[in-house]
Amino acid sequence: MIKFDQVSKRYAGGQEALSRVNLELDEAEMVFLTGHSGAGKSTLMKLIIMMERPSQGQVFVQGVNLNRLGRRHIPEIRRGVGVVFQNHQLLFDRTVYDNVALPLTISGYQRREVGRRVRAALSKVGLSGKENQFPVTLSGGEQQRVGIARAVVNKPPLLLADEPTGNLDPALSREIMDLFHQFNQVGVTVMIATHDLELVREMGYRQITLSKGRLIS
Amino acid sequence: MVTGGSRRRVPSRTAVQKPVAREHGASTHSLVTTDKIKAYLLNHQQVGIQTLRNLFTAWLTSTMTWMVIGIAFALPTILYLLLANLGNFGGTWDGKPRLSLYLGSEITESEGRKFAAQLTLNNWIMNTRYISAESALAEFEENSSLGDVLASLPGNPLPAVVEIESGSISPAEIKLRLTQLETRQEVEKISVDIEWIERLFALLALGERFVTAIGVFLGLGVVLAVGNTIRLAIENRRAEIEIIKLVGGTDRFVRRPFLYLGFWYGIGGALSAWLMVQASLSFLTVPIERLIHSYQNDFILKGLGVPETGVLLLIGAFLGIFGAAVAVGRHLHEIEPS
Repeated sequence: MIKFDQVSKRYAGGQEALSRVNLELDEAEMVFLTGHSGAGKSTLMKLIIMMERPSQGQVFVQGVNLNRLGRRHIPEIRRGVGVVFQNHQLLFDRTVYDNVALPLTISGYQRREVGRRVRAALSKVGLSGKENQFPVTLSGGEQQRVGIARAVVNKPPLLLADEPTGNLDPALSREIMDLFHQFNQVGVTVMIATHDLELVREMGYRQITLSKGRLIS
Repeated sequence: MVTGGSRRRVPSRTAVQKPVAREHGASTHSLVTTDKIKAYLLNHQQVGIQTLRNLFTAWLTSTMTWMVIGIAFALPTILYLLLANLGNFGGTWDGKPRLSLYLGSEITESEGRKFAAQLTLNNWIMNTRYISAESALAEFEENSSLGDVLASLPGNPLPAVVEIESGSISPAEIKLRLTQLETRQEVEKISVDIEWIERLFALLALGERFVTAIGVFLGLGVVLAVGNTIRLAIENRRAEIEIIKLVGGTDRFVRRPFLYLGFWYGIGGALSAWLMVQASLSFLTVPIERLIHSYQNDFILKGLGVPETGVLLLIGAFLGIFGAAVAVGRHLHEIEPS
């Protein structure tokens, strides 16, 4: 599903965020990406959704070499990857429904199909009935779940989450992780960047650790 | 279809990209395509209406922008209308010059009459009148005090004349006709007073250039005004643009609402220009018509008809979209999720 081949990323300032990373993720696998902040977790994820380009090496997503894709192919790649952000990245002037519907609207789904899928995604994350509320009226955990619903609404084969439990208490964190677990159970490849090592041990999935841009396990 | 052309180049992605295909299978590809087109058109419709609705919600700001664009359109439009009216006035009032053809002394009266009758066969000539040398002399004697002097001359010094009443004709055409008439052997000399009309038309041509120049500058002003407004709109929606790009929105999808915004600004501006023009004309009509009635009876100040209004709206829509496209082209690339 994902393959990193000797991937390095140097930013303009000369700072090396990733250094010769080799990594392979199978289809329907779930992994945790751990490491201190600044270890390169976010950079690694940004490379997968083409927010950044590698300075060296190659990144493959579903067999496609991202190096070979021009700028105009970026939207296609991103549509195949659901992304959950620590800061939710929700549109605060739109309802929960509209936020979750966004990826479907972009892909050109029919209105009826949009409604069906949005309701299904919201019920999956336990937010049925909150469709017409605005994100600002929701708690932090609920906002995060809106973000998750948006990430999975068009059923992407790959789900990335960057510190999805960063601002949540342990009980809520566990709930969110269980959601990812459920998606993984139906065949979605899941990669979660986190520094909550305790939770990672509890969940018992494969763990990839980055330190100063290098893969150490 | 938003990214239909490029999708095929990423083979392994197709199962993910075609939302309906998974339920219906590969044999219904055309259905998928028509669904996509329908959804695409629906998106246009929604974006178009939503953009307009947003403009009406923020009606005060929108109205001010519409007025600014309207003024930029109204000024050249009014000038254009005044010119068009003047042109009409010049064309009908005395655009039918009278020509006097002085015939050679060897031409007999019957030849002269025949010549005059022949001339009426020309399309541009409304009427001709033959005046023989004798009647010219009689007329002259009657109207001037020089009759005694003429009587003392041995013969009649006046030639026979054919007077031509022309139809409505441009100065350029008159010149052409004159050179044709001059080649006729019956004609010795032609007199026609077209200088004033030439001056009028030269002034009108100058005026047209002036209006065109002002129109171009103010059109540029409209593009800049719309462009700047759109730039601000893009800046205000930076977060939204980043998120849309993050979840896979194409550039076209991101661009669309801003182009519609430019379209509505242009159309709204043209409409407010229309109102301003009609209002100014109704304000000017009475004094202008009174002035011109003193020269001619059937003058009516022409306002913006259906074709002119159509052109005004088209130009408005075009400049609006163009201004938006310029702004979007300059600023949208800068916004990338980070």
